Amino acid sequence: MKLHEYQAKELLGNWGIPVPAGQLATTPEEAAKAAQTIAGPPWVVKAQIHAGGRGKAGGVKVVQSPEEVVSVTGSLLGKPLKTKQTGPEGSVVNQVFIEEGVDIEREFYISMVIDRTTASPAMIFSQAGGTDIEETAAKSAGQIYRENIDPAVGWMDHNARNLLYSLDSLPPAESMRAFMSVMANVYKAFVNLDCSLLEINPLVLTKDGKVIAIDAKITIDDNALFRHKELLALDDPREKDPLELMANEYNLNYIRLNGNIGAMVNGAGLAMATMDVIKMAGAEPANFLDVGGSASEEMITRGVEIILKDSRVKAILINIFGGILRCDVLARGVVAAAKKTGIELPLIVRLEGTNVEAGREILNDSGLKFLVAKDLAEAAELVARQV
Amino acid sequence: MSILVDEKSRIVVQGITGKEGAFHTKQMLDYGTKVVAGVTPGKGGQKVEGVPVFNTVRQAVQKEGANVACIFVPPPFAADAVIDAAASGIEVIVCITEGIPVLDMVKVSGFLKGRDCVLIGPNCPGIISPGKTKVGIMPGFIHSRGHMAVISRSGTLTYEAVDQLTRVGLGQSTCIGIGGDPIVGTTFIDHLKRFKNDPDTEGVVLIGEIGGSAEEEAAEYIQREFNKPVIAFIAGQTAPPGRRMGHAGAIISGGQGKAEDKIKALQNAGITVAINLGVLGQTALKIMK
Repeated sequence: MKLHEYQAKELLGNWGIPVPAGQLATTPEEAAKAAQTIAGPPWVVKAQIHAGGRGKAGGVKVVQSPEEVVSVTGSLLGKPLKTKQTGPEGSVVNQVFIEEGVDIEREFYISMVIDRTTASPAMIFSQAGGTDIEETAAKSAGQIYRENIDPAVGWMDHNARNLLYSLDSLPPAESMRAFMSVMANVYKAFVNLDCSLLEINPLVLTKDGKVIAIDAKITIDDNALFRHKELLALDDPREKDPLELMANEYNLNYIRLNGNIGAMVNGAGLAMATMDVIKMAGAEPANFLDVGGSASEEMITRGVEIILKDSRVKAILINIFGGILRCDVLARGVVAAAKKTGIELPLIVRLEGTNVEAGREILNDSGLKFLVAKDLAEAAELVARQV
Repeated sequence: MSILVDEKSRIVVQGITGKEGAFHTKQMLDYGTKVVAGVTPGKGGQKVEGVPVFNTVRQAVQKEGANVACIFVPPPFAADAVIDAAASGIEVIVCITEGIPVLDMVKVSGFLKGRDCVLIGPNCPGIISPGKTKVGIMPGFIHSRGHMAVISRSGTLTYEAVDQLTRVGLGQSTCIGIGGDPIVGTTFIDHLKRFKNDPDTEGVVLIGEIGGSAEEEAAEYIQREFNKPVIAFIAGQTAPPGRRMGHAGAIISGGQGKAEDKIKALQNAGITVAINLGVLGQTALKIMK
């Protein structure tokens, strides 16, 4: 689950990481009030969308008067903001965050992720913080420092020292202590909030020696949300595709793509491979839909319904290799969906695995029209004929 | 021969009284797997498909001599189940559970380090030595006994590959789904090392997917010291780029994870890559002839 910047900063503040004073505004009136309570000038008005790259796209503005706070807020709210990460249609700005300006001396980058190879949390630190950190990582990897943390021991001061004493020029002694505290708290927040990503970019050293998080990005591990009920309220469904949202509700993993062949598959790997097969057959997948290992009849029905809601879809390929998901369950779900929606599109079904005979029987006895493919190669051929 | 599990393996099913646990216990028994015990806390004394249920893994090991665990425990309790099995002396742990918090797996991984115990999964279909035993949820009937090993990060994609192998007449020694989660108990390389020393295995089918760098690492190992033919497939060649979480993922993996990079790494290591899944079996047959 992705969080907005203002939500991430509130959490960071709770975990003892200094953030600038700020207020959320969803109308220009609220922005005017915020400008009265927050010290300035300058103020910073920041569009709150989940995608990164806001600064370069004009979604972050430094302003010098309360009037400008209001006018910039008005110009951002309700309009789509198009950044490198949003896709061509952009993402609508529903709220802005208004913050006090900070006198920046130096910009750093700090983040924490899980390192797959060592199965441990890793902190990444760089003196090249700011908007071009990705380029820095690609061009001069020597500027990026990394520290893996032994989860059995947790964060130790030497972890912070290893990162800080790699810097070309050290911050003043007082600020070093502030950096050490921020790093220790980033680890604590990461572990206690079950983050899959915690990123502060930039983390700045101010002219008066303070260390402050200027931008923050937090992603919570969806699998851990069962033990963080307090975080569920931070979810912002407006940031998601409506069909993806509907899929989430039924625990289906759906991603909308640009083609016209709807696909429903069990298992992420087979779903990806099926998309590959569709493309190689000369067609384009309209979606990625993994119904998971243990889908129920209802989930299958919903899956078909979601695919059908996408008006670009001209044919549907269902590719199921039954393991936990039994073919008879799948077949009943498909038949129920077909009857409910009165589907008229060509439906290509390829079934194999657990209870496959029962599954095929249900399809045959349903009185509905299916194109049954005996293997993946034939399924691809049938798909190609539909376009 | 086969690796890790065979007809002598004695299985304890953790979470045996749940819907999936009970269903697959029956499937495993039907296949001929020696399921000797089940564990569900609070339900000790019951029986599922004739298999005695215990309250703890320790009891299942002491009373029934279980040495392999198959875990169907729900995600919030799965990490405890894995560590419980390892601490009770289970040698091979197969964790089917999908959706375990990644920080729980960090703990599990730390606990297993240095222990004489192998974890397969989580979020995997399990392991099967065809004709001998199946520990997991894969449909048994698509397998046939033979000399090909299969190692895969995906579940259903593994079935697809095995089905094709069987259809072209290539039986399998042992098939392992290592799991699709960011942190898994064992990697391609761990199992390649075992297959290298298994006289019954003559070739390996390796099935990877986008994300991480496990395939690149496997390619490097195979080129360096693996002496049997390897046929590979990578899922996600046409997956749209993006949907990346911030910068950190890209930075930590040095830009790895794309299908084309993986395919290139495998081909550079002299491995045959089947580009189209539909012809994986045929490709393997050509190489193994």
